[in-house]
Amino acid sequence: MSPDLLKLIFGRLGFESLPLHEPIVVGTFAVVALGGAALLGGLTYFRLWGYLWREWFTTVDHKRIGIMYMILGIVMLLRGFADALMMRGQQMLAFGGSEGYLNAHHYDQVFTAHGVIMIFFVAMPLVTGLMNYVVPLQIGARDVSFPFLNNFSFWMTVGGAVLVMASLFIGEFARTGWLAYPPLSNIGYSPDVGVDYYIWALQVAGVGTTLSGINLICTIVKLRCPGMTMMKMPVFTWTSLCTNVLIVASFPVLTVVLALLSLDRYVGTNFFTNDFGGSPMMYVNLIWIWGHPEVYILVLPAFGIFSEVTSTFSGKRLFGYTSMVYATVVITILSYLVWLHHFFTMGSGASVNSFFGITTMIISIPTGAKMFNWLFTMYRGRIRYELPMMWTIAFMLTFVIGGMTGVLLAVPPADFVLHNSLFLIAHFHNVIIGGVVFGAFAGISYWFPKAFGFKLDPFWGKMSFWFWVTGFYLAFMPLYVLGLMGVTRRLRVFDDPSLQIWFVIAAIGAFLVLLGILSMLMQFAVSFLRREQLKDVTGDPWDARTLEWATSSPPPDYNFAFTPVVHDNDAWWDMKKHGYQRPLTGFRPIHMPSSTGTGIILAGLATAMGFGLIWYIWWLAAVCFAALLVVGIGHTFNYHRDFDIPAEDVIRTEDARTKLLAGAK
Amino acid sequence: MSTDTHAAGAHDHHHADGHAHSTFSGYMLGFVLSVVLTAIPFWLVMSGALPSKQITALVIMAFAVVQIVVHMIYFLHMNTTSENGWSMMALIFTIVMVVIALSGSLWVMSHLNSNMMPIHQMSGMK
Repeated sequence: MSPDLLKLIFGRLGFESLPLHEPIVVGTFAVVALGGAALLGGLTYFRLWGYLWREWFTTVDHKRIGIMYMILGIVMLLRGFADALMMRGQQMLAFGGSEGYLNAHHYDQVFTAHGVIMIFFVAMPLVTGLMNYVVPLQIGARDVSFPFLNNFSFWMTVGGAVLVMASLFIGEFARTGWLAYPPLSNIGYSPDVGVDYYIWALQVAGVGTTLSGINLICTIVKLRCPGMTMMKMPVFTWTSLCTNVLIVASFPVLTVVLALLSLDRYVGTNFFTNDFGGSPMMYVNLIWIWGHPEVYILVLPAFGIFSEVTSTFSGKRLFGYTSMVYATVVITILSYLVWLHHFFTMGSGASVNSFFGITTMIISIPTGAKMFNWLFTMYRGRIRYELPMMWTIAFMLTFVIGGMTGVLLAVPPADFVLHNSLFLIAHFHNVIIGGVVFGAFAGISYWFPKAFGFKLDPFWGKMSFWFWVTGFYLAFMPLYVLGLMGVTRRLRVFDDPSLQIWFVIAAIGAFLVLLGILSMLMQFAVSFLRREQLKDVTGDPWDARTLEWATSSPPPDYNFAFTPVVHDNDAWWDMKKHGYQRPLTGFRPIHMPSSTGTGIILAGLATAMGFGLIWYIWWLAAVCFAALLVVGIGHTFNYHRDFDIPAEDVIRTEDARTKLLAGAK
Repeated sequence: MSTDTHAAGAHDHHHADGHAHSTFSGYMLGFVLSVVLTAIPFWLVMSGALPSKQITALVIMAFAVVQIVVHMIYFLHMNTTSENGWSMMALIFTIVMVVIALSGSLWVMSHLNSNMMPIHQMSGMK
């Protein structure tokens, strides 16, 4: 075939795009291919495809979508953490003339992929998954406001993750750092597909994130059960509301910035170029207008989880509910007023830097208020040190350290010393791992029995906990030291041999975290095998306080046979205290939304379109875009959107639960 | 409570929950206003009636803001009480966010421009 025809069909894609010259990538590919083949073979052998398609892939049930988000987050955690281990290994070895084992081309992709994956495809899915699962249950709703949109959002997030994973084996990923600053990310300095993978992965996933934000705001505003006024909402629902407001307000900024960068790269505009009137500084400014709210998007739901856990496991009402809500709202607003602290050193001058330094320091006030509220909730409480509570305590200790180094960095003169040093790296890992990751783990161990009907095994949970916590401190405290000594981030080789010991300690810490992750996987396996011993028949294994514990574990498809009526903040606690009797008769048919495959088809088309745009396969992009419109418009003619669960089915489900509860007493 | 029998998200049958009512005359009024508000800026640019381009641009931006308000009132049916005040709250929040992002960016970028762009002298550090 002629080269022109090949170029028309395959764009930039050719055999030379496959990274066959990188033995590490080829080895990884072999393992992934074998594992993937075994998984697909197993699914086919056990004839699970139909079941997965009908019950999971096409479901509009917020509970199943929430669980799928969590699975996505954990799978991507393995990938992102593999990148982290590679970096720690490289930095431990590359001393005294040694080049380590990663070449610069590969190493730069590794640290970029690590950041992108951990934020967009680990932290975001874990947080969104928990919100998706828990929020409708906490407010006594049967599903989210737009169940189909929820399914679509999830598959768009998966689509973004698929593109990032594809870049490992087809072509390459960006070598720019996780925010892809121009001019480095412009076409002149990054002519390869790496930045295009970055752009389209984030654009595809960003659609999902934005729509899921709209969906959850609408759910919380419109679908609360009778009696649940705004100030009677559980704190996790409050923080979810604020997080989703932040998502809807900030993700469009990211979308626009990336769109402008795409225009620079694809059609030769000059928004962020060095010349022709472009300004790379504008990119930095705009992306942090999204980027700073983003970290609060991640951490606010974690604060909500810790509030629920502290109150439940201290056996007390949350101290200072109102101040907690106001602190959350204040953080929501303030998170928009601090973005410049990410680039104090870019040269805005004293007046601008002081303003943003001061707003940054002010954020520590509502956050500190939250910390004291948790402490006062524990004070004189009957604290049970179950796993969720252990993660909460580890969070409180770790997050305070991370918060204080953050306030330190908020001082512009100090930041001039520490900017882009390992001190900064240690700081944001300290707050993201100590806050978001520990929060997600607290949430997973807290709500796991609700989702699956059995508790998680405490032994392996504690193993995981101690490996994670000690591993975290060993891995990141040395980075504070190195940062103070002036070591900058993203370095591949080092000259000064006296620094090596700190990197060795950090690598040992990373290895301990690996053991923590493996223990967690072990915990899931062991808990599944011991599910009969760990069974939760009551639906309320922790003697908890909010509405999600009022229904069975796992909840029926319709969540609640009758919509609950709320009289108090801690609705379920209040119901228990007043001798609540489960209704046993009078069940009626329940109107529910139907499953649909449109979400996964649309997301698949969007992903293929992204792939076409990355590789300049224009016909593929055009066909997929047209197909997106056709399928999307076609879906509006689908009138089979809802059905009724017959009263008999409801009665059967509820009677089974009555028997189970009677047996438990 | 209607949620007893209705799935949370499927759809709601009642429409009169605080939406401002849409009428034919309302839509027509909105349409006419939009056309007028578009025609005037068009005429300003084509005829060059105002002395400088900068003034023209500012006037057009003012028309654009009025246009946004017309759309919100006549096409999106927003008023202070629709959706129990949530529309109004969302609008205020949006305006706050937009003002912060725009004014902040202008402030930051003007400083960066005067301090960091190569043609300027560093003596003017603010």
